[in-house]
Amino acid sequence: MANRPQREKKKPGEGSGKEDAIEVMATVIEPLPNAMFRVELENKHQVLAHISGKMRKNFIRILAGDRVAVELSPYDLTRGRIVYRYK
Amino acid sequence: MVICKSPAELEKMYQAGLIVWGGLEKMRAMVKPGLATKELDEFAEAYTVERHARPAFKGYRGFPGSVCTSINQEVVHGIPSASRRVREGDILSMDFGVELNGYYADAALTVPVGKVAPQREKLMRVTRESLEHAIDKVRLGNRLGDVSAAVQQWVEENGFSVVREFVGHGIGTRMHEDPQVPNYGAAGHGPRLQEGMVIAIEPMVNSRGPDVRVLEDNWTAVTADGGDSAHFEHTVAVTSNGPWILTRPREATGPCW
Repeated sequence: MANRPQREKKKPGEGSGKEDAIEVMATVIEPLPNAMFRVELENKHQVLAHISGKMRKNFIRILAGDRVAVELSPYDLTRGRIVYRYK
Repeated sequence: MVICKSPAELEKMYQAGLIVWGGLEKMRAMVKPGLATKELDEFAEAYTVERHARPAFKGYRGFPGSVCTSINQEVVHGIPSASRRVREGDILSMDFGVELNGYYADAALTVPVGKVAPQREKLMRVTRESLEHAIDKVRLGNRLGDVSAAVQQWVEENGFSVVREFVGHGIGTRMHEDPQVPNYGAAGHGPRLQEGMVIAIEPMVNSRGPDVRVLEDNWTAVTADGGDSAHFEHTVAVTSNGPWILTRPREATGPCW
């Protein structure tokens, strides 16, 4: 009987490897030190977001006013991770 | 972790292997148009129990049968059924494994039902030959990638494709052990073959594209594009005298199935 190796498949839209994150749209308000940004979510909440490691590695630059996708942890809704910058 | 077996253990696996071989040879002789796949399953179970062994597939992750019967576009893991009958021109894969005194053996072959189209004949022949090429690579000092690459090369040279989603496996006191034995890969890569390693090599070859999908029964794998598929398998040990096919009599020669 053939073996079927279980492969962890990443679904589209699952930005980074971290589970359970809520992905939302946001606009960058202001850049802060240490690659942090204050961003405003679509529901007008302001949260502190840092750049995902993948974006940092690839030097994706983010400026105030950019549209970005942010992942929020369900445990701490005041912080997020920027996983995509829209053009 | 790859577990190497002692000569005494290999002998036990060989005893299990002979039951698998004997059962499959008997089943092969039963195949004729109109045969329900359930009849093969019932035969296999009775044959196994008579020899004081246990059908290895039955209950494995909930599989209901003692053999897997896969017809035409079915790749592997077809569930035997009383209502599913083979017809003239079909090709039927039978995959069978037993456990005897704690040791497993596993083998499979694809047989024609009556007279089949030349393309299906060729698919079966190329698949069997790819297994033979792979077995020939089971030698001390070779690497697992040599075995995998042998299958892939022969299959693709002949214009068919190898299934990626299912692989062969190490076998011993469990049916699936390390390492995984894919039917594709690069020669010269992967772990080195050591004396006492036992692997089930099982090329699954599709007549068209390599993609497969699994039906709602959660077992039966079929080709995504509806092409035919064939499957051959032997349990093979690495010895200092070269490959030892545990799922056929020692004295056997000629084609592996």
